[in-house]
Amino acid sequence: MTDLQQRVEQLLASHDPTTTEPADFLGAQFDAGLAWVHFPEGKGGLSLARGRQLEVDALLEAARAPRPDVARNSIGLGMAAPTLLAYGSEELQQRHLRSLFACTEIWCQLFSEPGAGSDLAAVATRAVPDGDEWVIDGQKVWTSGAHGADFAILLARTDTSVPKHAGMTYFVVDMADPGIEVRPLRQITGEAEFNEVFLTGARVHDGNRVGAVGQGWAVATTTLNNERVAIGAGADREAGQIGLVTERWRTDPSVRTPGTHAELLRWWVETEVTRLAGERLRQSLEAGQPGPESSAMKLAFAHQAQKVSGFALELAPEEGLTYHDWTMVSPERGSFLGHGPGYRYLRAKGNSIEGGTSEIMRNVIAERVLGLPPDHRPDKGIAFKDVPR
Amino acid sequence: MTDLLYTDVEESLRSSIRSTLQRSLDEGLPARLADEPETDVSGLWRTLTQQLGLAGLLVPESLGGAGASAREAAVVLEELGRAVAPTPFLTSAVIATTVLLVAGDEENLPALASGERTATLVLPWTARRGAWTPVHGSAEPVAGALGADLFLVPIPGEAGGTSLRAYGRDEVELEPITSLDMTRPLARVTLTGAGTEIVSGASADDAVDAALAAGAALLASEQLGLAQWCLETTVQYAGTRTQFARPIGSFQAIKHRLADLYLLLVGTQAAARQAAGTLADGGDAHELSIAQATAQAFCSDAAVHAAEEALQLHGGIGMTWEAPVHTRLKRAKADQLALGTPDRHRSDLAQLVHLPAS
Repeated sequence: MTDLQQRVEQLLASHDPTTTEPADFLGAQFDAGLAWVHFPEGKGGLSLARGRQLEVDALLEAARAPRPDVARNSIGLGMAAPTLLAYGSEELQQRHLRSLFACTEIWCQLFSEPGAGSDLAAVATRAVPDGDEWVIDGQKVWTSGAHGADFAILLARTDTSVPKHAGMTYFVVDMADPGIEVRPLRQITGEAEFNEVFLTGARVHDGNRVGAVGQGWAVATTTLNNERVAIGAGADREAGQIGLVTERWRTDPSVRTPGTHAELLRWWVETEVTRLAGERLRQSLEAGQPGPESSAMKLAFAHQAQKVSGFALELAPEEGLTYHDWTMVSPERGSFLGHGPGYRYLRAKGNSIEGGTSEIMRNVIAERVLGLPPDHRPDKGIAFKDVPR
Repeated sequence: MTDLLYTDVEESLRSSIRSTLQRSLDEGLPARLADEPETDVSGLWRTLTQQLGLAGLLVPESLGGAGASAREAAVVLEELGRAVAPTPFLTSAVIATTVLLVAGDEENLPALASGERTATLVLPWTARRGAWTPVHGSAEPVAGALGADLFLVPIPGEAGGTSLRAYGRDEVELEPITSLDMTRPLARVTLTGAGTEIVSGASADDAVDAALAAGAALLASEQLGLAQWCLETTVQYAGTRTQFARPIGSFQAIKHRLADLYLLLVGTQAAARQAAGTLADGGDAHELSIAQATAQAFCSDAAVHAAEEALQLHGGIGMTWEAPVHTRLKRAKADQLALGTPDRHRSDLAQLVHLPAS
């Protein structure tokens, strides 16, 4: 038995996974260094290779141990944690990493704005210093889960006299601040997974700054690369939308026609190959931080989720004409696979927009992976305040 | 889970092959073979065999080979595919060698391993595992026959099963076929002698099936290497070719196509490594077949698309005989049809993963 396996056994022995409260179990898992084994000791890890987390997760899964609620806290787990580890102060790491892993703190992301979508570096929300605090004013949008979040990662402008990428700073914000107002934004599924967030004189202590003043873009890039890994990962064959379609095919001969058979097999092959590519990327990431290559996986995932979920409607047309429920709700967690086929088809449309549109992903791949020459950019080298908007 | 990355040993093998090919393969040769099919290309194979031992890569050391695995053979094919090198590596050192290894023939293997002789499996180049019939007198189009010394032919046996036989050069008649891809020229092979039986019955069928499966699995790596050449060459061209006072690679219309091609190659590489890795690991036969059919269904089309994109994005230059893009297009299209078309491999998958047509 390896040291790592022994540690998992000890955790399971001291905290019975069937009777321990999930938050307590996850807290103990963090303390044992088994939350993210590639993080340092004392911060939820053991300084091991990233890939060894798979061993831990497999053992915990086999023991039916509580797992972090990834759907509800994807921003906290997938983005805030690696960003705090890379750029956060010791104090911020101590304050948040454990509760974030235990999901007693839910996080959201205050990045996009009405005027800063694909051009994220154009954020106009201002952070102005006031003693040892910053005063934040502006509007954020597409904020998934803001209605249930305790904390947020925020990208704000701290200097308008320098070019756009150089004038941003990254903060951790307490969503309970009276200067923050969250309004639901209803989306095409009928639900409101995301929100508009208005910041009016919200106050953030300087101790909640992540990275140096003006370093916000570099910090945000770490966050986004991790987001793209989080969105792009998937391990089992026929996981996701394709699994719902193949199950239907195998159990219901009435849906089988020659045309759909050919299409089904094409999607089976494409999704299987994407699974293998995800596995290959995971193997190559085991040692280091994710790079822009992960953008490719997000592109593939979005394309396939959209096509396969649309195909599912054609496969069972009578059912495809129905919809589970249009009632407006603000769900606690996002879901790609829940509800009916109509919901899945509509929700998948967001996959090529959220976390960077597929068009921006293609720019990232072309310029940062392939090294193609940059596009013509009229705002390059110009102070943010002088950029026409 | 199969290791889908490359080991240091594999990377060093790659750089040896690449530098040898750069030294020994004239870049204009692939196109010239269409005009001068009689050109003697055996010198290239001799160099690769003598300097790098490629002929015996898959042959055990006890029979004079290198005792390497399908993973290394896959890396070799990536490099040969990049250069569309006219060599019998796939047909002789992979497919025919696998026939003999699985059939348990030790007599012919040492001469194949040393590169002294080359062999080919005589079946139409479109055959795939479980989808071929014994040869009645002659077969076409056969790859790797021109220039071969030894011809491995499954023929109908007297007892009704298959008889796998070895024929010498003087026991067959070869008629060259003008081929879409003249870097892997095809021929009609007619049996004129009696040959010598290697194995018969189920053992013969197994040997042929295993060889066709290995060929299909590793053809994916040739397709990968070829597609990577297309992407890299086109990226380079788009970065230097100027129109409207800008490199054309700065236009999103070009960028996005190349980004999509990159994405396609990320998948191609994963599928090809999975097929090579599972073949080398020799695990569960069912998983092996899934990996092979998946790789062929995906990588065949990917290589063709890569070559087609390269041609379009090179503009008029890409359409010329002088530019090397057409040599990759011809190989890619021929590879797509070889060892089972993508559609046929998808049909195999339907059986393998229980998604019946009706």
